[in-house]
Amino acid sequence: MFRLGSKPKAAFPGSGPERPPGGDATAMLEIRQLRVFHRLIEAVHGIEISVEEGQCVTLLGPNGAGKTSTLSSITGAVRATGSIRLSGEEISRLPIEERCKRGVAISPEGRRIFSNLSVRDNLIMGGAVRADKKALFAEIQEWFGHFPVLGERAEQMAGTLSGGEQQMLAIARALLSRPRILLLDEPSLGLAPQIVGKIFDIIKDLKARGITILLVEQNAAAAIAVSDYVYILNNGRVTRHGEAAEFGDGSGLMGELTGMHA
Amino acid sequence: MDYAIQQALNALSFGAEYALIALGLAIVFSIMSLVNFAHGEVIAFGGYSMVVIGTLLTGNPWILMVGVLAGCVLASVALERIAFRTVRGADLTTGLLTAFGVSIILQNLYLLLGSPRPMAATQFIFLDQTLSFGTLRVSSLQIYETVATILAIVALTVFLRRTTLGMAMRAAALDFEMVRLCGIRANRVIAGAFAISGLLAGLACIFIMARRGSVQPHMGFDPVLVAFVACVIGGFGSLPGAVLGGFLLGVIEVLVLILLPQEAGGLAHAVVFALIALILIWRPDGILSPAREKGDKR
Repeated sequence: MFRLGSKPKAAFPGSGPERPPGGDATAMLEIRQLRVFHRLIEAVHGIEISVEEGQCVTLLGPNGAGKTSTLSSITGAVRATGSIRLSGEEISRLPIEERCKRGVAISPEGRRIFSNLSVRDNLIMGGAVRADKKALFAEIQEWFGHFPVLGERAEQMAGTLSGGEQQMLAIARALLSRPRILLLDEPSLGLAPQIVGKIFDIIKDLKARGITILLVEQNAAAAIAVSDYVYILNNGRVTRHGEAAEFGDGSGLMGELTGMHA
Repeated sequence: MDYAIQQALNALSFGAEYALIALGLAIVFSIMSLVNFAHGEVIAFGGYSMVVIGTLLTGNPWILMVGVLAGCVLASVALERIAFRTVRGADLTTGLLTAFGVSIILQNLYLLLGSPRPMAATQFIFLDQTLSFGTLRVSSLQIYETVATILAIVALTVFLRRTTLGMAMRAAALDFEMVRLCGIRANRVIAGAFAISGLLAGLACIFIMARRGSVQPHMGFDPVLVAFVACVIGGFGSLPGAVLGGFLLGVIEVLVLILLPQEAGGLAHAVVFALIALILIWRPDGILSPAREKGDKR
C-alpha cells in the first residue's frame, strides 16, 4: 500500500544537500536553558537538548511533561526564554515565519492538515517559502510516487483522508520547505497499530536519507528503535538522557513514562 | 412577463450589491474573526476620494473609478495597519468594539472635514440609463452591477484557488498558526484580505455613487448592516455563504415588496426580518456555515 521501503535507494524528495552543512563543531539544533511559558505558568524549566546533523533524537515522557511545549518553542508558537540555535544561528527571537524560512519544519500534534484544501494544495502550502516553484511541483510529484495513496487523492479535499494518510501528508508538507530539522509531534497518535508501523518505517527511511529529526512520542519502544539519542522529560525537566541503545526496548521506563514512580 | 423580468433584475442587482459588501466582510472575518463594521466607512472613503479627485484633478469617470477603487483599498489596508493589527489575537468582542470605534471616528471625521449634508458627485450617473428591449425597459446600472459582481466573484474564486496567497487565505480561515508554520507571513495574508475587502468595497461604492450621485458621512453604514445580515443568513465566515446570503436577501426584499398588499407596505422590513428569523431557526449557524472540526480555531 505504501511502497516505501520496497523502493530501492531512489533519492528521497528534498533530501539533496541544498542546505549547507552546519559544520562539525556545532550541532544542528542546540537548546540551552529553555523555559517555556503558557501565560504565567512555566511549563518547561530550563532544559538543554542538542541534535546533531543527520540524527534522530526522541523526547519521551508522560502527558504534560513539556514535550509539545518544547517543540512549540522551537517553532516559535509559544513564549520561551533561553537559547535556541539552528546550525549555530540564534533563532529564539525570530517570529514563526522566519524560523520556517531558516529551516524549522513541523508535523504538529493532531497533524493539522488544511482539511479545506486539496491534498496537492496542502503540499504547495508546505513549499510556500520556496522560490523555485518548478522544482517544488516536481518534488510534489515525487512525493506522490512515494505515497501513491496521496497521489491518487491529489485533487481531493485533505479532510477526506484517513488518519494515517493525513499523517503522511503532514510529514510531506513539512519536508517540502526543505528544512534543516524536522520536528515530529506524536506522529503515531490515534492511528491503528499496523499504520503506526508504517509511520515508523517512514521515519526510519527519512533518517536513512540524512534528514535530521526531533521526535516526540508516547510509543517508547518504536521511538527508541528509530532513534540515536533519547531524552526523558518529566514535569518540564530532563530527568535522563543517553544513547538510544542504553534504553533497550524502553520497557524499563514504564514508571518514568507514566509519571508514576512505583 | 416583462414585469417578471424587471423584478428579477431588481432582485439580482439588490442582491449583487449586498453580496459584494457581504463578501468584503466575510473574507476578513474568515481569517481574523473580526466583524469589520468600519467597512461602510471604507465605502464612504471611496465616495469622498471621488469628490476630492473630481474637484482637484479630473472629471473623467474612468479615472475616477480607478481612484475610488484605489482609495478604498488604501483605506482598508490602512485601517488594518493602524487599528486592527494592535488587537489581532484579542477576542471577538474586542475586535467588534474596535471596529465600531473606528467606524464612529471615521464618520465624524467625514462630518468635520466634509459636510453633514450630501455632497454632489455625479460623474457616475451616466451608468444609470433606461434601456428598452421592445416593451421591456430596464436600468443599465442594474445590468452592470449584476455582471460586475459575478465577474468579481469569479475572479476572487480563481485567486483563492490558484495563487499561493489565495490558498494561504483559505488555509488561514481554518488554522492561521499552521499557515505561519509553513513560513507564510501573517501580515501578508491579513493585509491581502483587507486589500481584497477594500477592492470589493470600492466596486460597491462605484455602484452606490452611480445611483445616489452624492456622498454622505453615513452612506456606507446602512448597506453594511444589510450585508451583515446577509452574512448571518449565509453562514458567517463562509464566502459562498456571503454571496448566497446577499442574493437571497435581494430576492426576499423584492418578493416582499411585490407580494405585500399596498396598505401593508410599512411592514416590508418586518416581514423580511421575520423570514430571516425563520431561516435561522432552520439553520442557526446560517445556511452554508463552515463545518467545524475538533481543533479548528473557532
